Amino acid sequence: MPTRHAPILDATDRRLVRATQAGLPLVPRPYHAIADDLGLDVEEVKARFQRLLACGAIRRIGAVPNHYALGYEANGMSVWDVADDQVDALGEQVGRLDFVSHCYRRPRRLPDWPYNLFAMVHGRSRAEVEEKLAVIAGVIGPAARARDVLYSSRILKKTGLRLRP
Amino acid sequence: MDETDRRIVNALQGGFPVCDEPYAAVAATLGIGAGELIDRLRALLDRRVLSRFGPQYQVERMGGRFVLAALAVPEADFDRVTATVNAFDEVAHNYRREHRLNMWFVLATETAEQIPLIAGRIEAATGLPVYLFPKEREYFVELRLVA
Repeated sequence: MPTRHAPILDATDRRLVRATQAGLPLVPRPYHAIADDLGLDVEEVKARFQRLLACGAIRRIGAVPNHYALGYEANGMSVWDVADDQVDALGEQVGRLDFVSHCYRRPRRLPDWPYNLFAMVHGRSRAEVEEKLAVIAGVIGPAARARDVLYSSRILKKTGLRLRP
Repeated sequence: MDETDRRIVNALQGGFPVCDEPYAAVAATLGIGAGELIDRLRALLDRRVLSRFGPQYQVERMGGRFVLAALAVPEADFDRVTATVNAFDEVAHNYRREHRLNMWFVLATETAEQIPLIAGRIEAATGLPVYLFPKEREYFVELRLVA
């Protein structure tokens, strides 16, 4: 559901993505280092990053925390079966709760999977997550016909995007 | 992790600047030098307190797709299936979760057409049906954790 037209990356953008998808160089002048590696002018590199940020192709430049290492050991993907005519209004409200990091509507996979609203909740313990789930349950109210929570027990892979060469 | 590390983790989850000396700019707000910031950042990455540091690409804005997918993996096969699934470059994250659907991963592809193709390859490689959960609406996305 892209709300903006997806910008087309040109060949130089793609080289920038490939050069930085694993991370930004840890040197005092990282954009100069990228420019030198790719044989580009640093002003062009910075301008292209600014454009990619402005159009949303880069969500932000920054650190991705490992929630386990920060003590957020309980990571619960809460899932809810909400009536189709109410899910968008309630999903917006759930997404506004400050402890919900991701909130989406997704298709049901009947009969195995009746849930259409996904809300990710992180906490330092399962008890903390359960308290937060109770708040979500209060927001959704009787429109929640069924619910479940899937705790993650292990990160199996976390690399982010990888463009092919 | 000491107090300075915590402040670094919190500060770097915000927008990192695009300028000639961005580490120096952020370090100044933290009252440390650029060299110390870079050294500590490298250590946080080495210790896996941070999984990554850099641009977070939003593949959908570039014409690609992110799709959540799940498998019901028999316990005895879990390690083998993990290795098989993780070997696909298109698998960006993968989590074990406590449910009958016990493996949840994100497929990141450069075009929408690749999603069913890669899902089909994963089915062939694992012998298990892949459940795809493409997002139909995004209500909110912003993971920031206070260190």
